[in-house]
Amino acid sequence: MTEEIIIAGFGGQGVLSMGKILAYSGIMQDQEVAWMPSYGPEMRGGTANVTVILSDSRISSPIIQEFDTAIILNQQSMDKFESRVKPGGVLIYDPNGITHHPTRKDISIYKVEAADTAAAMNNAKTFNMIVLGAFLKVKPVVKMENVIKGLKKSLPERHHHLIPMNEQAINKGMEIVAKVG
Amino acid sequence: MADYMLMKGNEAIAEAAIRCGCDGYFGYPITPQSEILETLALRKPWEETGMVVLQAESEIASINMVYAGAGCGKKVMTSSSSPGISLKQEGITYIAGAELPCLIVNVVRGGPGLGTIQPAQSDYFQAVKGGGHGDYRLIVLAPASVQEMYDFVDLGFELAFKYRNPAMILSDGVIGQMMEKVKVGEYKKRLTDQEIVERYGSWATTGKTPNRQRNIITSLDLDANRQEQFNLKLQRKYREIEENETRFELINCDDADYILVAYGSSSRICQKAVDLCREKGIKVGLLRPITLFPFPTKAIQSFVGKVKGFLTVEMSAGQMVEDVRLAVNGQCRVEHFGHMGGVIPSPNEVVKALEDNFIKG
Repeated sequence: MTEEIIIAGFGGQGVLSMGKILAYSGIMQDQEVAWMPSYGPEMRGGTANVTVILSDSRISSPIIQEFDTAIILNQQSMDKFESRVKPGGVLIYDPNGITHHPTRKDISIYKVEAADTAAAMNNAKTFNMIVLGAFLKVKPVVKMENVIKGLKKSLPERHHHLIPMNEQAINKGMEIVAKVG
Repeated sequence: MADYMLMKGNEAIAEAAIRCGCDGYFGYPITPQSEILETLALRKPWEETGMVVLQAESEIASINMVYAGAGCGKKVMTSSSSPGISLKQEGITYIAGAELPCLIVNVVRGGPGLGTIQPAQSDYFQAVKGGGHGDYRLIVLAPASVQEMYDFVDLGFELAFKYRNPAMILSDGVIGQMMEKVKVGEYKKRLTDQEIVERYGSWATTGKTPNRQRNIITSLDLDANRQEQFNLKLQRKYREIEENETRFELINCDDADYILVAYGSSSRICQKAVDLCREKGIKVGLLRPITLFPFPTKAIQSFVGKVKGFLTVEMSAGQMVEDVRLAVNGQCRVEHFGHMGGVIPSPNEVVKALEDNFIKG
């Protein structure tokens, strides 16, 4: 099994750390992982994206043109990555701030109102974990227990008391994700 | 599982330096390799192993600190990215001329000049053909994964000390910035002056003892004949390195009609291209040089008469392709495909380049 994912949005949304937690979760279930961020001028323009690959075998190219799943969190990223989902693949997006919704008919499209939900939960910082929950509901590529282990690995110990809150946010994302196309 | 850490290539370099018993790191920040110095600063190895970590006032200062540390027989290193490595060339040729061991890490970005901060492989010539003035060579290792970034720090030092020659890790922005899982090694103790002498001989300036001549570290000899003899000795050393230390990896080459030749991050892209070609029924293999100097010339030669052509894939205008052409010496077609300036080739483009060059028309 190989899952090739792009997570794309604004800097500060937790795109890179969400990718890191996903990668650590893969390690926890003995998979090969690659995490390749954008670090160029696009990053300095405020957008951030990361490719995460989880695989049962040796990972070849960390640079890929097409993805099994695209997780899209702003309009610029929608413009850039909708066309790069493999036919039959998955696109998950937060409609908050999206003006041009995805139109492809050959992929499965899901929405997760993560920004609004995080605001309603009075904790904007759980935004990326709500999105992660939505992804894991649609594509259960890593087990929840391994996600928790991954969180423990990627968070410094002084933040470990926040893990239950993150778990709650992941569960919330699983609840609210909805198929739209 | 628990032994694995998720690390960026740059972080792996720093972690490996601490664990392999490095005595000193001297550097100056530049994208895309600043995490090496940042990680060292965060890890504070001076408290743990006594390793010195110093942000120098410039790249030129840092390489001369390496020159001095290496002269004392210490395991010392520096790192930078392309424009910074150009600044270090004077120091590097002096270190090579004084026959001193050290490790230099180049996380390559696009050039020429300040170029771009995006990944490239356009420093191949500079790394393998000399770089600074004079007839000298570096031992050049090309990691293709974060694990190899980690492993090649220890290996680089080992080879540098074995041959009293500077070694370079030639990486790029992809491998430096990418995170993968890494199995880290046990801590090795830093060596005392006594252990340095016992292990590597008494060439270093560890303090004169009454029963030997002074050790002089210099790259200057005004006597032409002696200077030529010294150069001949260097050349014998480089031939010995070619004989003993050439490293490469072959993937699906046994039945291949065509062979891709690529190192570092390009070799990862080519692994995927090999899979895509095989799905189409095109028999393609990959030869990945792990050492760029010494270059796997004989391995490439061994496929002459067996394959219909070689395609090198580099993030440059075509530099390593010259060494592949020298290896086959006109007996086989060799073409180049690449991108420059920070653009990364995709596996699909590699497949198309192979088809366009060798299969169609």
